Amino acid sequence: MGLENLKFTKEHEWVRVEDGIATIGVTDYAQKELGDIVYVELPSVGDSIAKGDACSNIESVKAVSDLYSQLSGEIVEINEGLEDTPENINQSPYDDGWIVKIKISKEEELNEMMDFEQYKLYLAGIEKE
Amino acid sequence: MKKTKINKAHYELKGKMVEFCGWDLPVQYSGLNAEHNAVRTTGGLFDVSHMGEVIFEGKEALEAVSYITSNNVSKLKPGKIHYSGLLTEKGCFVDDLLVYFVEEGKYMLVVNAANLEKDFNWMKEKAGHFDVSITNVSDDYSQIAIQGPNSGKLLAKFTDEDIDPMKYYTFIHGRVMGVDAIISRTGYTGEYGFEIYFKGDEKIASKMFIELAEKGKEFGIIPAGLGARDTLRLEAGMALYGNEIDNSHTILEANLSWILKFKKGDFIGKDVLLKQKEEGITRKLIGFELVDRGIARHGYPVFVDGEQFGEVTSGTYGPFVKKSIGMTYLPIDKTDIGTEFQIEIRNKMVTAKVVAVPFIDKK
Repeated sequence: MGLENLKFTKEHEWVRVEDGIATIGVTDYAQKELGDIVYVELPSVGDSIAKGDACSNIESVKAVSDLYSQLSGEIVEINEGLEDTPENINQSPYDDGWIVKIKISKEEELNEMMDFEQYKLYLAGIEKE
Repeated sequence: MKKTKINKAHYELKGKMVEFCGWDLPVQYSGLNAEHNAVRTTGGLFDVSHMGEVIFEGKEALEAVSYITSNNVSKLKPGKIHYSGLLTEKGCFVDDLLVYFVEEGKYMLVVNAANLEKDFNWMKEKAGHFDVSITNVSDDYSQIAIQGPNSGKLLAKFTDEDIDPMKYYTFIHGRVMGVDAIISRTGYTGEYGFEIYFKGDEKIASKMFIELAEKGKEFGIIPAGLGARDTLRLEAGMALYGNEIDNSHTILEANLSWILKFKKGDFIGKDVLLKQKEEGITRKLIGFELVDRGIARHGYPVFVDGEQFGEVTSGTYGPFVKKSIGMTYLPIDKTDIGTEFQIEIRNKMVTAKVVAVPFIDKK
């Protein structure tokens, strides 16, 4: 799939927007940093969330990290398959490893995100450190 | 940051480096799960040079080691090792350790990296009145652990010593890759394996690790990091200082009475422990697995009958047992296998139950 069509956050999440619905996952860089993912706690469909809320919990063998939504809206779908195959996030972060879908209520929040080129530069900056 | 003499090899093998107790060490190479399961099925290679080694030598070496540790040192024969406790006057842990009986009048004590300085000072203070010299030789030794079912096959490629008949918790002196070494049938993973202690500079130590890693490929033995070391020892039900054992839980409470020998003359902590044994303990370390989903980690609150009793001492997802497992202290009347209790995971109460340790089936 085309990464060029995605938006990215500094927290290494990706967002794909189609018809006002944002599909959210974590980037390849994030899944590598997290290591082997063994458990994902998902929100419920219908939950409303504000920007900055933790909308999911991703646990690798050694660490737990929250997925903070960078968008406000309502959860319209969750990737239930991750309950049995959380490793999909490692193996296919941009496809089978998607986490939640949100009906966006504040479209302007998308403007704060990076496009693919900007994200690549951002990553290059991190790796230099 | 301190570097082991194998440090260069970790960078060459692209280990993911972290700071651990002041040391620059790899937390993983190819991935924690892969490394963990390699050790259970084929083998893994660890740099454990950060461990501390202290030599007790002299006329009263036996008496000194016996006085400061909990196990019965006089039962050891040269070439034998035992697990033991370095205890406080209250019967709690200064550290846990391995005691190697090198020869008459000489013992090597292997302690945790994080505690080395504290332990060494404690040993000098508490055993100073014996006719014994106590020397910290930690900087002289590198240590590589080869763990897993194929570890003997790999080691045999690099030594002429007959390692096959070696029994668990014994050691021999021999050459590995032409370097004088202590070859020890020990480990912290619950698997068949060896720990190799040797002296030598960075060049020798890094070469040893890299050549073992290279040859190891033939046997499915891969470099492994601190992450797998921790999940492996936890699946094997082994205690970690700072988690299961510390200076506020006694050796009896930690379920380690098998390394506590009262019939051996005086030792630090004896009176308190004898009394506690007579009166009975009120809490005990147990292994648990989660009944509900989630992962209980170190420090998460543990609830019994609606009240907080303590915290999870260690907890993880066990990559081999494929369960969410951990250890904690529980009131003694709640420690029967199958007893359920609660753990608070991010503001949610999750049910756990007491299970037998080790979590892996050691046959």
